Amino acid sequence: MLEIKNLHARIGDAEILKGVTLTIPDGEIHAIMGPNGAGKSTLSYVLSGRDGYEVTDGEVLFNGENILEMDPEDRAATGLFLAFQYPVELPGVGNANFLRTSLNAIRRKRGEDELDAVAFLKLARGAVKQLAMKEDFLKRNVNVGFSGGEKKRNEMLQMAILKPHLAILDETDSGLDIDALKIVAEGVNSLRDEKFSALIITHYQRLLDYIVPDMVHVLAGGKIVRSGPASLALELEASGYAGLEAA
Amino acid sequence: MSTTTEATIQELAAQKYKYGFSTDILMEEFPKGLSEDIVRLISAKKGEPTWLLEWRLKSYHAWLKMEEPEWARVHHPPIDYDDLYYYAAPAKPVPKSLDEVDPELLKTYEKLGIPLNERAALAGVAVDAVFDSVSVATTFRDTLAKAGVIFCPISEAVKEHPELVRQYLGSVVPAGDNYFAALNSAVFSDGSFVFIPKGVRCPMELSTYFRINARNTGQFERTLIIAEDGASVSYLEGCTAPMRDENQLHAAVVELVAMDEAKIKYSTVQNWYPGDAEGKGGIYNFVTKRGACRGKNSKISWTQVETGSAITWKYPSCILQGDGSVGEFYSVAVTNNRQQADTGTKMIHIGKNTTSTIISKGISAGHSNNTYRGLVKIMPGASGARNFTQCDSLLIGDQCGAHTVPYIENRNASAKVEHEATTSKIAEDQLFYCRSRGLSEEDAVGLIVNGFCKDVLKELPMEFAVEAQKLLAVSLEGSVG
Amino acid sequence: MNALPTRKLEAWRYTDMRPLSAISFGEPPAVSATPELPDLPYPRMVFLNGALNTALSTSFAFAKPYAPFAVRGAQPMVLINAEHAKGGINIEIPAGQDAGELLLVSQASGAAPFAFHPRHRVKLGQGAKLTLIQLDKGEGTYWQNVVFEIEVEAGAKFQHFRLQQEGTEAFNTTTIHADIAGDAAYEHFTLTLGAKISRTEIEANLLGQTALAHLNAAQLLGGTQHGDFTTIIRHKAPNCPSRQTVKSVLAGRARGVFQGKIEVDQIAQKTDGYQMSQALLLSPEAEMDIKPELQIFADDVKCSHGATIGALDEEQVFYLRSRGIPEADARQILIRAFIEEALEPVAHDASKALFEDVLDSWWGRQ
Repeated sequence: MLEIKNLHARIGDAEILKGVTLTIPDGEIHAIMGPNGAGKSTLSYVLSGRDGYEVTDGEVLFNGENILEMDPEDRAATGLFLAFQYPVELPGVGNANFLRTSLNAIRRKRGEDELDAVAFLKLARGAVKQLAMKEDFLKRNVNVGFSGGEKKRNEMLQMAILKPHLAILDETDSGLDIDALKIVAEGVNSLRDEKFSALIITHYQRLLDYIVPDMVHVLAGGKIVRSGPASLALELEASGYAGLEAA
Repeated sequence: MSTTTEATIQELAAQKYKYGFSTDILMEEFPKGLSEDIVRLISAKKGEPTWLLEWRLKSYHAWLKMEEPEWARVHHPPIDYDDLYYYAAPAKPVPKSLDEVDPELLKTYEKLGIPLNERAALAGVAVDAVFDSVSVATTFRDTLAKAGVIFCPISEAVKEHPELVRQYLGSVVPAGDNYFAALNSAVFSDGSFVFIPKGVRCPMELSTYFRINARNTGQFERTLIIAEDGASVSYLEGCTAPMRDENQLHAAVVELVAMDEAKIKYSTVQNWYPGDAEGKGGIYNFVTKRGACRGKNSKISWTQVETGSAITWKYPSCILQGDGSVGEFYSVAVTNNRQQADTGTKMIHIGKNTTSTIISKGISAGHSNNTYRGLVKIMPGASGARNFTQCDSLLIGDQCGAHTVPYIENRNASAKVEHEATTSKIAEDQLFYCRSRGLSEEDAVGLIVNGFCKDVLKELPMEFAVEAQKLLAVSLEGSVG
Repeated sequence: MNALPTRKLEAWRYTDMRPLSAISFGEPPAVSATPELPDLPYPRMVFLNGALNTALSTSFAFAKPYAPFAVRGAQPMVLINAEHAKGGINIEIPAGQDAGELLLVSQASGAAPFAFHPRHRVKLGQGAKLTLIQLDKGEGTYWQNVVFEIEVEAGAKFQHFRLQQEGTEAFNTTTIHADIAGDAAYEHFTLTLGAKISRTEIEANLLGQTALAHLNAAQLLGGTQHGDFTTIIRHKAPNCPSRQTVKSVLAGRARGVFQGKIEVDQIAQKTDGYQMSQALLLSPEAEMDIKPELQIFADDVKCSHGATIGALDEEQVFYLRSRGIPEADARQILIRAFIEEALEPVAHDASKALFEDVLDSWWGRQ
């Protein structure tokens, strides 16, 4: 369960998050929508522990543990996964090597045995197949020369292999065609169970046609200004964000 | 290439340098040669204060002990510094207003496309015309004065604003900085002085037009531009000279100072006489140009289109001292026939978060040699500094040379430096494509070259951009074939 | 002795040899210790303090006795070598012969400062092949000043892989002159890890059509180490490719230098020259100086060089960490990936494994 309580965060002198409160129980998928500049990406980066964001107030508990003091890799080990809006290119780093290093680092921290190369490759090939990707995906360098859609698929491949408890999808749908969108949705839906939860950050509701959320929240002016069932997304699509800015 | 096109090119080449005429006017010249007496004579002629004479003498003595630099990729017979005139000026007294300017001079500038009559002048451009060693006219001075902008010959600034000149002269390029700067400091005769006070945006483009006319005369102008806090100015410089068989020396110094948030844009279209196709005659252009971004977030931008001179030796540079200051260098250098150019820039990053951009386009044709030489230096304190450099060379024909000599020195881990350089020729398929669409070979070359230079040309003020484009085409005439 | 170069020489502007000139070097002492040799099943020639040790060496069919030969270069270090050289390898591979691998080991140790000046000659006849794996190791204060004369005749292929692991008080200057004929290839990779001051200077002449020079290097330096990799590739024939990828990783107060010049003669049309030099500065006191240079006299050529200097990309570090990889590991992965490209010419599994081993252990020491 993720509990965000009165979270305030700033970049430099600019306060971006001004008291975000939100709870995502296990097994639920929540969506955060909101206009550009509302603080959606800031929220995802603060949750995953990127430098440059200063939390000035509030706390974030993940399964009862305060994660704000943790390094990004430790957050990953507790089961947090951020699907980046702009996945980073890593020239010279092979995809398979990267995935195996990640998976084993996480497994180590959890006191689990590391996977050997053979076992890992079996797992990775299975995931690649499931996501309808070409097998050379594993041989290529991480995101180097990938199209926008391929990068997003690669994020889903990582998610499928690392099997997080909470996935944060930061505008993963931006710039994707409908096929790629479906793959992202399948990636999330296939992980759905009573232990898995997700926070989907999006500007448009179209991804939510494929991943039906349990709750929709509207983030505007650094605060959650409205929450409601899945139908709220459709309502927003029709009426826009005007009038929802925090007072 | 076809014989018809070759013939056309020959024809075009013959009419190449259209500024090659000379003006017949009565001149006052000091005796040939350089000595302490000549330095004193120049200073006395200009009625200078003692401090300036002393500065000149100090420079002269420094120069005597120095040696001509040899590191540049340029070759020329030794220059006989005693066989030059160091001062030449129209004999008539300096005119008080434009109406008093010698009509012969006005005609000269009109022929050069620089009408000095304010009604006929380019709208929005104030011009200081320097003829051999002295400024002969400065337009729109009243308009500028109203805005608080000082734009006048430097010899006049020495008299009218001695405190400013004394404070800034030599503060960016010290007297003994290099051989040619020392020579200039000893014998400089005139040049432009610009002062933009705090918060003022200069209401019009400022321009100096340099003309060498007299025979065997060195031209040593000195330009000083100061932009106080929040001030901004765009300054243009053009230059031409008559076609003469002997080489002539031009050793100028330009100093720019930008204080907090100030912006200086300095554009040059250099079209000194390049010499003939066999390399006879032409200007030796040895120039020191440097800007100091002293204030935070200040910006100095150099743009140059170098098509003239037998030899070009110049490295307009930026000392990025103020935090957040910005230096830019945009350059097109074209060499044809026997021309030699060794040009580039230095970007010295001292302040935090300073950024610099270098875009250099070199085009070599004929038997010419064209060298980019540049330094990017990141000092230990320049955290967060950024540099991007792009140097491209284009070769036309297999008798010319294109050279790239960048020096990159980084002493700060948080700085990021990127450098790219390429060399290429005009591809046959590009030419064919253009020609199959109806362009002549020359037009196609012109088009491709202009495209190659676009990133630089777009930095030029509009009035100059058109002239520069034409100049590129003219300079390359006779190069295809 | 011929004069040591000073920084007034343009080619030495970034490498100051005064720390070396301050030391008075004696003759190399006799060595008794047996060096640790890599477990590679190849013929080997082992030099101890510059002298060939026959007991440790094995026979190599193409090795001839050392004979002093006239040097072609006039660089200061070559002249000094010419004055003092006493030994070196002298290899001639006959035309058409694939000579396989040869291991060349130089091990140095001594109590007082000493210098030695190996002079090596390698000649490959037409269509011949050789892979030379060269290891420089040692401890103590010494100066190893190597000269290599390399001739690669038409269609021959010479792979030259160097691992420079001299002791931290040592000086290594290596000057290589390579003449490469038509269709021949000189594939070079140097990994510089050791020495207080080191400089590798390679002059490669491409003398016939489609001759190839591939001069790669990686230097990983820490402490107050100084590493200089300087190359001149002369394109003297048409249609020749040249490739250079140089990677520097600098920690502590280390200083890295790369100077790379590509010269294209008028005759060398269709030259394809590529050069990339990149440096990672891992600490605030590290310094990198790069001088890539093009000198081109032919018009139908494709030449490019690129240079970047910067720190590790924090965005990449964060991406790896967000996937659960600890920060130190993330940095190591990125540094290894950064170097990987320079290893490209090492198309030889055993050599590649050797380099990878030392690279991994370098990281452990930092």
